[in-house]
Amino acid sequence: MIFSIRLTITHKYNQPAANSRHLIRVLPKTIPGRQHLTTHVLDIAPEPSARSEAVDFFGNTATRCSHIEQHMMMKIHLASHVEMLPPHAWRDVSPDMPTLHQLWAASTDLSAGSPVHFLGPTPRLAPDTSIVEFANDLMRAGDSVVAHVIRIGKALHDIMTFDSTATSVDTDAAEAFRLKRGVCQDLSHIMIIALQALGIPAAYVSGYLRTLPPKGGVKLEGADAMHAWVRAWCGPSQGWIEYDPTNATLVSTDHIVVGYGRDYSDVSPVSGQLRLSGGQRNSQAVDVAIVT
Amino acid sequence: MSAPNPQTGDALSRDLLGRYGAQLTDRAGHNDEMLAPDGTVKPVWASFIDHLARLTPDELSQRFTRGDQYLRDAGVLYRQYDESLSSEREWPLSHVPVILGEDEWETISAALIERAELLEYVLRDFYGANELVSSGQLPATLISQNPAWLRPMVGVGQHDAHVLNTLSFELGRGPDGKWWVISDLVEAPSTAGFAIENRIAMTRVFPNFFSGANIHRLAGFFKDFQQTLFDLKGRAEGEIALLSPGPMNQNYAEHAYMARYLGLLLVEGEDLIVQDGKAKVRTVAGAKPISLLWSRLPSGMFDPLELNPDSMLGAAGLLQAVRDDTVKTVNMVGAGVLETRALMAFLPKIARARLGRGLAMPNIATWWCGQDSQRDHVLANRDRMVVGDAFSTKPLMADPTTISLGGGLDGPRAERLAKMLQTSGRNLVGQESVTLSTTPTYENGALVPRPMCIRISLGRTSTGWTVMPGGYARISASEDAKALAMQRGGKVADVWVTSPGKVSTPSLLTQGSHAAIRSSTHTILPSRAADNLFWLGRYVERSEQNMRLFRAYFARLSDGAGDRDAMPAYMRARMMGNVAPQPNEMAKKFSEPLAHGLASASRISDRFSPDGMMALRALVQQMQALQNHPVPLDDIPVEISSLLRQITGFAGLVHENMYRSDGWRFLSLGLSLERAAQMCAVLAACTDDGAPFGMLDLALELGDSVVSHRARFLVWANVHSVTTMLGLDPQNPRSVRYHVSRAKEHIAHLPYQDTGHVLTEVARLTLMAETRLAASVTDDLTPAFWTGLRQDIWDISDALNAYYLV
Repeated sequence: MIFSIRLTITHKYNQPAANSRHLIRVLPKTIPGRQHLTTHVLDIAPEPSARSEAVDFFGNTATRCSHIEQHMMMKIHLASHVEMLPPHAWRDVSPDMPTLHQLWAASTDLSAGSPVHFLGPTPRLAPDTSIVEFANDLMRAGDSVVAHVIRIGKALHDIMTFDSTATSVDTDAAEAFRLKRGVCQDLSHIMIIALQALGIPAAYVSGYLRTLPPKGGVKLEGADAMHAWVRAWCGPSQGWIEYDPTNATLVSTDHIVVGYGRDYSDVSPVSGQLRLSGGQRNSQAVDVAIVT
Repeated sequence: MSAPNPQTGDALSRDLLGRYGAQLTDRAGHNDEMLAPDGTVKPVWASFIDHLARLTPDELSQRFTRGDQYLRDAGVLYRQYDESLSSEREWPLSHVPVILGEDEWETISAALIERAELLEYVLRDFYGANELVSSGQLPATLISQNPAWLRPMVGVGQHDAHVLNTLSFELGRGPDGKWWVISDLVEAPSTAGFAIENRIAMTRVFPNFFSGANIHRLAGFFKDFQQTLFDLKGRAEGEIALLSPGPMNQNYAEHAYMARYLGLLLVEGEDLIVQDGKAKVRTVAGAKPISLLWSRLPSGMFDPLELNPDSMLGAAGLLQAVRDDTVKTVNMVGAGVLETRALMAFLPKIARARLGRGLAMPNIATWWCGQDSQRDHVLANRDRMVVGDAFSTKPLMADPTTISLGGGLDGPRAERLAKMLQTSGRNLVGQESVTLSTTPTYENGALVPRPMCIRISLGRTSTGWTVMPGGYARISASEDAKALAMQRGGKVADVWVTSPGKVSTPSLLTQGSHAAIRSSTHTILPSRAADNLFWLGRYVERSEQNMRLFRAYFARLSDGAGDRDAMPAYMRARMMGNVAPQPNEMAKKFSEPLAHGLASASRISDRFSPDGMMALRALVQQMQALQNHPVPLDDIPVEISSLLRQITGFAGLVHENMYRSDGWRFLSLGLSLERAAQMCAVLAACTDDGAPFGMLDLALELGDSVVSHRARFLVWANVHSVTTMLGLDPQNPRSVRYHVSRAKEHIAHLPYQDTGHVLTEVARLTLMAETRLAASVTDDLTPAFWTGLRQDIWDISDALNAYYLV
């Protein structure tokens, strides 16, 4: 199955901006056996003074660009084709929780995929008592790690209401959990804190979601902008599994990965520094359609 | 002076030592730097104590004052931070040095060089092969969970000859007389600059002793380090810059001093920009490349784009420039990870694996609570342990979150501790609390023993590490010899390393390859520094003008006028921003600009003369004293006249003593544009048809032109004579015309001006203002003319800002 993914991000400035520098992380990742970025065009307007591409520690591609001259707006436009391969057969081979702890504690691996990078906390994800309590209540001694991941993701989906107005990009997870409202970013952050509280290494995934449901299916939440979900490490045999708490589903071919990180800050679509005296308004539009 | 009686001297020093020894109660429990366990003075201290004993308390106090005065004049202050407030107090120099012999120093040096080499190996591995983790010598989470380990730096610097170029260690001497490393200081202040300041102050305190004693000099170390910087820079084109967090940082004085002493360009994040992939400093002559950056920021603050996004201290894109190798750094960015406290638990083992033997000098015994056996040890020996954050890069003794476990920890608290170690063990370390040695400090006419530790700096040269032959001692305020007590303030002392033979006396002031580096501070003017100089000029001038207004106002009141009478009321409404008729409110009109001026000056203290800083500080102090002790109304004009003399003295100092650099031009431009604009406002108000009688005389008074007016016009002041005198006269240093012309001249000399025939906006506006004045006829010179011209002058200031200072 081949998806066409189009994305437009617009930053409008109230006062002219100059000497700006941005990191853009919007390109779908190529993951052997799962998804292939077959073609893409990434346009940035106005034309950057300098532009380059680099791969960060976690293996995500970032486009760096800088604008020296004054400008009132920056527009990023991506057009791409991604081939999604059919999922492998899947079964739960994860250990119980105490075994999982021993496994990562004994890890001597510092590569990007190692669970030791995803134990929390991060500057953005501080432990929160009520999230930790929520997680502890779902702990079942004999169950496998995978069972815990799914149970926590499902429970979170059930108590949270998807609400794109209740939180902003800077809302912290504890606040969203208190409101019981939020968007994919909030749900993913809360789920990461909950999993880490039980000692399950958990990562943040940014990506795209298929816009229109297949025949007979329901339209998924979060498809009109870039999406986010969670990745959890379930032992060396199982490896990493991905779960989307916003839609209470294990991730399959409808989810197209852009990047992996510890939290939103590691993979935010656009991060930047600029000399700006006034405010700015940002907007984002995404379209994910099936080509074949 | 007759030679002192040696017997008397001996008796005096026996007395001094006897009284000191009597205070050393716990002889077995700790070591003393000056007295051996048997109570005799250690040989390296003997001649100094003899010298000290011969000085009377009065003589001593005079000498101490001399040293303190040097530090005050040099602007060395101790900054403290409580919550958001920062306060300054005198630099707490203990006037008694810590003295160590050359032999002992060589042993210490060899051990520290060994440790520096080991840390170089560890750092390279952390950002490279990660063999320490893969071989099981170090737990993976100690790196992966470490906020000081910077992922964007992984894989960087592996081809560089060295990743560490300078570092310091804090040492303490244990009860057995052996030295321990308390902290590895990589990003933490090295205090090498403060060591030099202490040393200079001490040579003022004991000048006679110093010249005769064989005390190793520090200059050679800095000279070698300067060469190191020059070698690191290599043939790359560009400046060597020291990146400081700025004047709000407690170590800014050290940064400014090191930059001046080593001839480096002192910059802040705001000065830097990355263009065409290169790190550059924004100057009044455009962006200039930087080839070597010595960052004194915490690594996480280096680049807001890839590291801490809230950082206002670094510059976006710097990290990429480092990775692209277009700018070199002193110590690799991310070297701060070596300060991780838990690393001390593993270094002894790493040393054995690497060197085949233990460390020559151990570090404080440390246990990482993420391993069962180590955690059990901490619990079992909790009486002599402190527990703290495993990832903290603060020295244990400076970290307020450290928990001391010693002394009766039982029952529920012990259980809680056990649980905490169980659940969050990998985030905690236990460290043995250390008992420090004592050293004498002088208090109330006697020597008293106080616990101390010393900081020693190392620098890498082309032939390997060198150790500064001296250091910086921190001395506890209390008698408690537990290391932890150091956090509660105390004093600092110079560390002397004495030699049995003659020592060499190098100086930085030699010619050769260094000369090229030393010049950079004089030729490069960062835009931010120019901006501060410009505003310093404007603020000081504004303050002076408002003082004159204030004095004139109260002179009229003491002549019998009331606040509501025509002239005082007109002055307040038209010239003093509708201020309420209260002396305190009115005084703010000159005290606030002056405080802003001092703030601007302190942001550029590295390029501003120490005399100028002192004059400004004295001025602000006198002004504050005046505000705190209200004087009778009649005395205000006299008091203000005294302030005015000082502020004019400051302007004279700038004029007479400052090197004619671009910096001086920006300062002078600030003065001239402000004075011209202020005088326009005075003329607009005083020549108005509605102005009460006496305002023309007031204008002459404010323009300090009463005498010259009388000499030139021989008549009572009228609108024509006053506008000629204060507006148009090109010879009167108080007139608008005089300062507009001066501004034009300064602007003509600024960079960029002599390229091509097209005038810049700044030059064009200034020329137009001058022409308007020169070509005016009497009828033009209405109040509206002056108000318009004042706006033109502010437009020049804005254009100047846009062109040079943004």
